[in-house]
Amino acid sequence: MMETLLTPFHYEYMVKAIWVSALIGAVCGLLSCFVTLKGWSLMGDALSHAVVPGVALAALIGLPFAAGAFFAGLLAATTMGFLKARTELREDAVIGVVFTTFFAAGLLIISLRPTGVSLRTIVFGNILGISNPDLKQIAAISVVTLTVLALKWRDLVLFCFDANQARSLGLNTTRLHFTLLTLLAATAVASLQAVGACLVVATLVTPGATAYLLSDRFGRMMFIAGGIGASTGCFGAYLSYFLDGSTGGCIVILQTLLFLVALVLAPKHGMLASRTQRRLAVQGGVT
Amino acid sequence: MTLSASPASTLDLTVDNVTVTYNNGTVAVREASFRLHAGSICALVGINGSGKSTLFKTIMGFLRPSQGSVSIAGHSIAKAQKRNWVAYVPQAEEVDWSFPVSVWDVVLMGRYGYMNFLRMPRAEDKRLTEDSLRRVQMWDFRDRQIGELSGGQKKRVFLARALAQQGRVILLDEPFTGVDVKTEAAIISLLRELRAAGHIMLVSTHNLGSVPEFCDHAVIINRTVLAAGPIAETFTEANLARAFGGVLRHFRFDRSTVQPHDSQKITVLTDDERPLVFGKDGHLEFTERQEHEDVVKARTLPEDEQ
Repeated sequence: MMETLLTPFHYEYMVKAIWVSALIGAVCGLLSCFVTLKGWSLMGDALSHAVVPGVALAALIGLPFAAGAFFAGLLAATTMGFLKARTELREDAVIGVVFTTFFAAGLLIISLRPTGVSLRTIVFGNILGISNPDLKQIAAISVVTLTVLALKWRDLVLFCFDANQARSLGLNTTRLHFTLLTLLAATAVASLQAVGACLVVATLVTPGATAYLLSDRFGRMMFIAGGIGASTGCFGAYLSYFLDGSTGGCIVILQTLLFLVALVLAPKHGMLASRTQRRLAVQGGVT
Repeated sequence: MTLSASPASTLDLTVDNVTVTYNNGTVAVREASFRLHAGSICALVGINGSGKSTLFKTIMGFLRPSQGSVSIAGHSIAKAQKRNWVAYVPQAEEVDWSFPVSVWDVVLMGRYGYMNFLRMPRAEDKRLTEDSLRRVQMWDFRDRQIGELSGGQKKRVFLARALAQQGRVILLDEPFTGVDVKTEAAIISLLRELRAAGHIMLVSTHNLGSVPEFCDHAVIINRTVLAAGPIAETFTEANLARAFGGVLRHFRFDRSTVQPHDSQKITVLTDDERPLVFGKDGHLEFTERQEHEDVVKARTLPEDEQ
């Protein structure tokens, strides 16, 4: 029995997949707190799709995939910002138009010039077959993101909570906005390897949403979301060995399960708790 | 609490010939000028879209005037901002009340401008945060999440944040909406204390009736400054009628409310809300009285006949 449970650890690719998934999960989890509170869930989805042409082009020219993806992500974000400022269109329409265009361009490039990068890898991720250079890129992205968050999370919280106050205190809100966007693009690139373009947004939203239900302090929320990201990444990759199924699918399903548990059972914001509160309020009114 | 690092007497807020134009070419405020001196509470009144919030944003440095300038104690807004001189108390609707922050967190945010790169609060920051919370009687609520407060308590938290910031110029946007009478009185007395300590407060409000009660100056605007100065000189029927024009509900009472020596006429000016007016001896006043009485009579008559 024990022997069976330990089998995945006999394979180097599984060990690698487990710790990389945990690392990416933790980083995305931390960032998901800002994404959910700033209302950037759709933006996260958009960026994760918009990086695809960058990955394709980078593969074509022989650059590191992270560089291409990162550049494409920022270009998409800038395009959205520009269109939003210059037209009367609603933000969701602008995001919808821009990210699908980028994704389509990526598909086109890959189908016209098939290179080392396969469409399957981009859309569904391929953490089990991850190469060492890719691993280094992910580790670098994670370290940079964690450092920026460690240094600047308080400023970013104020920016998300009350941008006007941040600005009136002399904080550079434009810079904070782009810092958050850059971190989002960077982690989307890292997460792309683990779960694929389709599911990146889940790792950037679900842990934050779950932690939001479980806490009403930002610090604690980051702690919970980071923990959820790391543990589901770790356990999801491990589980996928036995199920012989998609790693990304396992990780995201686990995150969703935790979200559902929190949704029902969270001590303060859960559905059961609010039902009890309502009942108590009614009883209090009667007696 | 020490409030003035620079001598209060030299503090002033000068809006000099300010024109603000938006990207699409709309002129939101044209050639606005007024000056406020240390130790004053000034009302900023005007209809919706008269440029009140544009003026606020310009004083906070969010909008750059296309002409003219705003200065505080002779310094540019950018400089004033760096020194944390301008504090802002937002309208309740602008705040995300479900955000996971406590009362303490919010007030401490007022100190960010004084903190280092990492925003690590020092003992001084914590002390001023506590002082500010105590001053608005919110110390006991410091660990509450901000959404778990009443309307008046929410207002006081943001007032405490402005206190913690030690802003010399404090901008308040509709401070009395959603606030009970007791809190309103508490806020007004706090504003008076701040005035005595030499601060300048600019209060944007719809609540015209309360203005003469607690403001000493007023700026009346409608796309430009129509009048600015002491309440007695500016808050006149003529000026307000110019600012609010036909927008205000205009009531005339010609029954018992006013005696013949008042030429039997008073004017009640109000912006958004309909005032409730009682006449002599608590007699309820309302317009269209005759019609109302006819309806009541028609209802009650058949019963009388039974």
